This record gives sequence, structure tokens and C-alpha cells, in this order.
Amino acid sequence: MSLAVILPILIPLSAGALSLALWRSHLAQRLLGVFGTGALLLAALWLLQRVWLDGIQVMYMGNWPAPFGIVLVADLLGAIMVLLAAITAFAVALYSLATLGAEHERFGYYPLLHMLLAGVCGAFLTGDIFNLYVWFEVMLVASFALLILGGERAQMEGAIKYVTLNLISSALFLSAIGLLYGLTGTLNMADLALKLQDTGEAEGLVTTIGLMFMIAFGIKAAAFPLFFWLPASYHTPPVAVSALFAGLLTKVGVYALFRVFTLIFTQDTAFTHELLLWLAAFTMLSGVLGAAAQFEFRRILSFHIVSQIGYMLLGLALYTPLALVGGVFYLMHHIIVKANLFLISGLVYRLRGSFQLKELGGLYRERPGLALLFLIPALSLAGLPPLSGFFAKFILVRAGLEAERYGVVAVALLVSLLTLYSMVKIWNEVFWKAAPEQGAAAVAPTNNALLYAPAIVLAALTVAIGIGAEPVYRLAEQAAAQLLDPQAYIAAVLGEAS
Amino acid sequence: MKVRHSRILRTAGDMLLPLLLLFSLFLLLRGHDLPGGGFIAGLVASAALALYIFSRDMRSARQVLGTDPRSLLGVGLIIAILSGVPGLLAGDAFLTSEWYTVPLPGGREFTLGTPIIFDIGVYLVVIGAVMTIVLSLAEAEERPWKR
Amino acid sequence: METVMAFVVGGLYAAAVYMMLRRSIVKLVIGLVLLGNAANLLIFTAGGLTRGAPPLIAEGALLPDGAVADPLTQALILTAIVIGFGVLAFAVVLIHRAYEVVQAVNMDKMKDTDT
Repeated sequence: MSLAVILPILIPLSAGALSLALWRSHLAQRLLGVFGTGALLLAALWLLQRVWLDGIQVMYMGNWPAPFGIVLVADLLGAIMVLLAAITAFAVALYSLATLGAEHERFGYYPLLHMLLAGVCGAFLTGDIFNLYVWFEVMLVASFALLILGGERAQMEGAIKYVTLNLISSALFLSAIGLLYGLTGTLNMADLALKLQDTGEAEGLVTTIGLMFMIAFGIKAAAFPLFFWLPASYHTPPVAVSALFAGLLTKVGVYALFRVFTLIFTQDTAFTHELLLWLAAFTMLSGVLGAAAQFEFRRILSFHIVSQIGYMLLGLALYTPLALVGGVFYLMHHIIVKANLFLISGLVYRLRGSFQLKELGGLYRERPGLALLFLIPALSLAGLPPLSGFFAKFILVRAGLEAERYGVVAVALLVSLLTLYSMVKIWNEVFWKAAPEQGAAAVAPTNNALLYAPAIVLAALTVAIGIGAEPVYRLAEQAAAQLLDPQAYIAAVLGEAS
Repeated sequence: MKVRHSRILRTAGDMLLPLLLLFSLFLLLRGHDLPGGGFIAGLVASAALALYIFSRDMRSARQVLGTDPRSLLGVGLIIAILSGVPGLLAGDAFLTSEWYTVPLPGGREFTLGTPIIFDIGVYLVVIGAVMTIVLSLAEAEERPWKR
Repeated sequence: METVMAFVVGGLYAAAVYMMLRRSIVKLVIGLVLLGNAANLLIFTAGGLTRGAPPLIAEGALLPDGAVADPLTQALILTAIVIGFGVLAFAVVLIHRAYEVVQAVNMDKMKDTDT
């Protein structure tokens, strides 16, 4: 029993409720936005420290013993994810303070932000599969409303695709939960893992249900083949919202895949994880090839989210200790870098009033600082040393070579090269080439420190993960070790109760 | 709204609103051990308010509500969260039901617990959420989306 | 009874997919509703159909008397229905606004963000 487990859910939930109650006061909502996410960051740090020192933390909601009640479980992966969510949220909250005006706040930006965070943190911390569904829906409903904040035509069109595919995924997820419950009579993930260790005759059925989960989470993670909703919608909302989405939402799907396919569905890894490997390879390729054809700043970045998801899935699919380390490391690196790139696209937009590469240019001469700020996450995304992305990719490639999966390693390296091409394309078009004759007018070329601070802090974190890769690696190593040892998870959840 | 309201509906709506609201309070307080509770009570109350919107108009429904439905949602959520805190203070898990007995004159006892606070929170959340949805749908009908 | 329910659930899924593949956004939403209901009914069936009494425990007793229905599946479905209701309300508002912005219900007219 530990207070640290519940705080990352309680803080955004309370902050969201308070900012709903104070609906009319924009000042109160802004303050709650910053202090709420700041408090979440502190709580996440505390949780990570507790989990690092004392092992898996468990809380039985309402004192109902597992497996009957709902449990909250924080293992290292969950705690790391909560911390990353908190970092992204804090950066985005600062950024939106400087960029979003009353017209967005009037439609409830801040309450929705907090609700989204509550959903994300809840999904990372729950130990109950149906509860996971509920947190997913909390997150989705908040994200639906955030996506159409502002009500532009493109947002409506993007939202229809986003909503439809996510609802299909939710229905599939729900059906899979129903079948799983019919089969085992339990919803507690630890108990499920225990009961499914020996499936007997039902092995085929269990694998089928596992595949339903894979499709459902795959849609949410924007994995091949159902990733189209992501590049159709992520470039439409205000920059603060797309940065938050880019950092967090698909990663919740990836987290769910990691959780379910290391804890529950490990009966037939020769089939399920092999399938994941193919998915990973196709996701990497289709994302990066999609990006190569794009000439809109945020659409390029959106396609790159898809391709990066492939790398994380690769870590899970190889299913060796080193590969899982790589997957976790990649998650840590990716969330920070991706959110940062979207924030920088917003900075460029404020200077030039466009996301179209054709209408941009000449920014290196004007703002060398911003150009440098872009280069750090961009090169990290492509995987250049000594930035965080290099180590993430290095670990994965090494794991792939050790597992003798040369084909997928070749794909990963090729995709890395194409990512570099994409980033260089943005660099050339936005920063290096001369500014076009008649560009769009600048929106608000202010030098507000609040605008740049989040991007600078995130870039510093990227460099820090790269230079201090050793401790981060050890953290990821421990998290992967916990993932590969379901018995410890089961004992932590069920052991104390009995 | 340009729709002419039926007099029968309006008279019935005026009379049914207080009755239904009272009934929802009865359901709310009856809950936990007997059928009832915050959720269905909230639904009954919001059904009553929705009926009132049909029989009158949105402005008078807002007046009955007294506040923005979203504020109601927030307040309800805060109350529901607070109901979990006594459990934390007592050293148990969040949302643990804590029961306190209040001695009444005449040697009888009255048992109060945190679930009723949770139910009141849920009651307000349901009313707030349903009214937010209904009002925004009705407003979309009245005032077309700009552009 | 399970067989009949299985056909009903399958029929609902099929109808949902059919509706979602139409071009009209209204039919898309109807398809999503059917899909949610199919999933709920699937949980209900997979949880086991019992002709038992409601899962109420008599006063003073610790266990219910005789066979009762599984209350957990009912709780799951109730939760899913409530969530589905909220999402549906959002989807209706969304298509209404999308219709007003795009001035069409045909989804082929909403391809601006695809390429």
C-alpha cells in the first residue's frame, strides 16, 4: 500500500475537477494548468523513486483484495511512463500558457488537458484489464474534444477518422476483454497471467484473444496496417495539443502492448511475437516512406511517429532481455524528442505563419538559436551520436543482431537513414534555403521566454539522456528485467492479499 | 426556439419537475444497500431537466440548474474524489468505505459512511455531464456553428 | 441459448461493419453504435447465461441463495454502456458540426487531410 501510486491519477483528476468548477475564471485555469502538471511531475518523480528503491508498488482500491477489487500497480515501466507523461505535460502546459488564447480556453482546454493526463496515468498504473479500458476511454474522450478545439474544417475531417478508428479499436478491446473474462473468470492482470500460464486445450483460443488485443492496441499505437488515422489528424489541432498527442497517446497503446504481451500472452511467443516483428518492420517502413512524400512540417513529423512506433514494437517483438531494454529506452527517448519537435514546429509557425515547407525558409540566418534547437531533437530522432536516439537504436540493433534477425535489423538501419533524409529535408527547407519572396505573414513573432523554455528544457533532456546514457540504460535494464519476470508482478499483486 | 410549446406539455413539465427531482433525491439517499444510488438518481434528475427543456426552453432550464452544468460536473467530481480521502487518512487504500456511527437521542444509532458522499458526487457528475451534452446539442440546433 | 446469442452478436457485428463501410457519416455513427452494442452483448454472453435470480443477498446472509446471475458482467456492460453513451453523444455533435462545416454527409468529400 502506497500513496505514491494513487497520486499521479488523483492530481490531474482533482486539477481537472477544480478547473471545471472554476469554469469562468481563465486565470485560475491557467494556474491550475501549470501547478497541476508541476505537482504531477513531482508525484511522478516520487513514484519512480519508491519503485526503484522498494520494488513494485501496489494499492488495492477501496481495500478490496485482489483479484476481486481493482488494483493499481506501479512497476518500473509504469513509473517511467508516468514520469515521461508528466514531463511532456508540464512542457506543454508552459507552452500553451504562451500560445493558447481565450478562444481555446473557453472550450475547456485546461480541464480536458487534465482529464487526458488522468486517463494516461491511469492506463499506466492500473493492474486490471477492464480498468485499463476505462482509462483508455477517459483519455480518448478528452482527446476527441481536444482534437476539435477551435473547430477548423481540417480538424473536423481529421477528427472523424480519428474517432472512428479509435472507437473500432475500443469495441475490439472490449470484445476481447469479454471473451477473456468468459474464459478465465477474472479481470485482474496478475490473476489472468497466473490462470493463463497453463492453458491446456484452450491455447488456440487464448492466442486468438491475444491477437484481438494486438489489433486493438495496434490501432491505438498507430501500428501497421491501421495507422492512417494518425497522419490524417495530428497536424490539425493547435500545436500544444498535437505535441501532447504526439508525445503521449500512441505510446499508451505501445505500453499496453508491452504490458499484455510480456505478462499475459506469452503462451505462443513463436507465433505472436513473430507477428509483432513483421508488424514492427512494416510500421517502420510505411511510416518513413509516408514521411518522405510529405511537404508539411507537422505531417512529416506525424508519419515519423508511425515509423518510430515500429522501433518500440521491434524491442517487444524480439523479446530478449536486451531488446526489451532497447524498447524501454526507445520509449523514453522518443516521447521527449517527439513532443519537442512538434513544439518547435509551433515556434516556426509563429515566426512564419505556415507549416508548408515551400513557404518557409531563411530561418537559420534569422534565428540561429532556433535552428540549433531544431537540430538536437531532429538528429536524435535520426539516431546520431551522442544524442539519445543513437543509444536507443544501437541497443535495438545490437539485440536484433544477437537474436540473428538480420532482415529486420537491415530495415531498422535503412529506416534510420531515411529518417535522417526527412530531417535534413526539413532543415534545408525551413532553415537553410533563402526565404521565399512572398511568404505568409508571421502570426506573433514574440520572444516570450515561456515559448522557448519548454523546447530548450526538452532538448537539454535529450542531450542528457545521450550523455548520461549509462544510468538511463540501467533504469531501462531494471524495467525490462521486471517485464521478463511476470512471477514477481504476480507475487506483488496477489501475494500480499493472501 | 421558434417551436410553439404545447400547453399540456408545459403544465405537465412544471408539475413533474419538482416531483421527479424529489424522487431522484429519494433514490440517491436510498442507495448503496438498497436499489438506488447516485448514478440512477442523477439520470432521473437529468431526465426531469431534459423534459423541462422540451416543455419550456433552455434559458429556464439553466435557471433551474442555477449554474453552468460544467461547474456542476467539476464540483461533483471534487466531492467524489474527497469521499476517497477519509480512507487514505485512516491508513487504508483510496476509496475505502469508512463508517461512522452517530448516536441519536433515544439510544438509537445512525450510521454514516463515505459511500453517500461518493454517491452525491456521482449524482452531481451525472447531472452535469448529461446537461452539458443536452445543452450543447440543443444549442448546436439553435445557433449554427460559426463559419 | 448461447447459440442464438452467438448469431445475434455476429449479426450485430456484420450490420455494424456494413453500416461503417457506407459513405454517409450518419450511417457511420449508426455503425459505431451497433459495434458497441455487439461488444456489450458479447460480454454478456461470454460471461455465461444463467437463468438465476438477481445477484442479491438476503438480509443477514453471507452468500446468495441458490444460483444467481454473475453481477460482474452486468457491471462491465453498464460501465461500457455509460462510456459508449458519452462517446456517442460526442460523435453526434462532431458529425453535426462536420456537416455544417463541410456541407455534406458524404465521406468522400472529407479527404482534405488524407494526402
